[in-house]
Amino acid sequence: MKVLLRNPRRELDIDGPITVTALLQRLELSPEAVLVIAGDELVPRDARLDDATTVEIRPVISGGGPAR
Amino acid sequence: MKCRVCRGPAVIDVRRHNAAFCPEHFLTHCSQQVERAITEHRMLEPHDRVLVAVSGGKDSLGLWDLLVGLGVAADGLYLGLGIGEYSDDSGRYAREYAARRGRTLHEVDLADDVGFSVPDAAAATHRVPCSACGLSKRHLFNGFALEHGYDVVATGHNLDDEAAVLLGNVLRWQTEYLARQRPVLPAAPGFVRKVKPLVRLGEREMAAYCVVRRIDYQVEECPMAAGNRHLHYKEVLNALEERSPGTKAAFLHGFVERGHPRFDDDRADPEAELGRCRECGAPTPGDVCAFCRLRARVAPSP
Repeated sequence: MKVLLRNPRRELDIDGPITVTALLQRLELSPEAVLVIAGDELVPRDARLDDATTVEIRPVISGGGPAR
Repeated sequence: MKCRVCRGPAVIDVRRHNAAFCPEHFLTHCSQQVERAITEHRMLEPHDRVLVAVSGGKDSLGLWDLLVGLGVAADGLYLGLGIGEYSDDSGRYAREYAARRGRTLHEVDLADDVGFSVPDAAAATHRVPCSACGLSKRHLFNGFALEHGYDVVATGHNLDDEAAVLLGNVLRWQTEYLARQRPVLPAAPGFVRKVKPLVRLGEREMAAYCVVRRIDYQVEECPMAAGNRHLHYKEVLNALEERSPGTKAAFLHGFVERGHPRFDDDRADPEAELGRCRECGAPTPGDVCAFCRLRARVAPSP
């Protein structure tokens, strides 16, 4: 399957089927720090991703200065 | 995973609540958390005019959407920071959201309207860009709100942002900052009220809210924030959260409820008389406010 990653933007080919949890472990990404989007839809950690799926792994952490 | 409410297929889990939600009930969850934060901390009065500080990112656009959904009269203000393509894209997301949803978006451009950009300020001061960026935002959002009759400025600081700031302040025992870190900063002469209605929602929830609501937002990280200390604090907190869900919320909400009063003595004297900046009229303890000093340094008048 095609997996799009951001910051920096890049694309990987990963063999499916694979669960979201296993995919994130394989890429060494924290589930707290990303969302997984298959097509246009959010998918939970136990979802199984097929080989034909296009997946975006979207980071959710943003920076910026302290809120003072 | 099943939705905690309807037992239908879930699209997201929120581990600190030991829950998962379908799209419909996830939106309800987000709305309820914002409503609870507003009520608990008395953020808004019934007829307040609210100005949302809009960056084009998930938090500010999501906040704006949630507030309007709760019936709050909220307009947006986008501040162009002059950070190249990143700012161009961020402004486009803010404008597109406002146009599609029929909302009022004001704009101020730091370079065109004030005379310098954030990269200019960072280069001239030899300080991290986030410092000039934060100072400019606080000054300009407050000034715009006062000038245009808004009662409140609402910012998209979420649970993760506030927990990371709290960790930084605790690690260095910055007690004056700890005394000021609150979900609400009340109005004072020369200052409108500042509120943070997202303190009960994490940034993963805010990103998910925007995906479910089909809100396009700036996903790329600000190029000037790379290496920012707060990003590192967030990584540390997320590592703790992975092992023990709920840690971030317990840390932040525990501080707000029980820790904060212990730093009252470290607050700057609220009764102290502030003068007026001789350049712009903003409240300041000196002759010239910090923002006008920055402007004079970066973009001196000809």
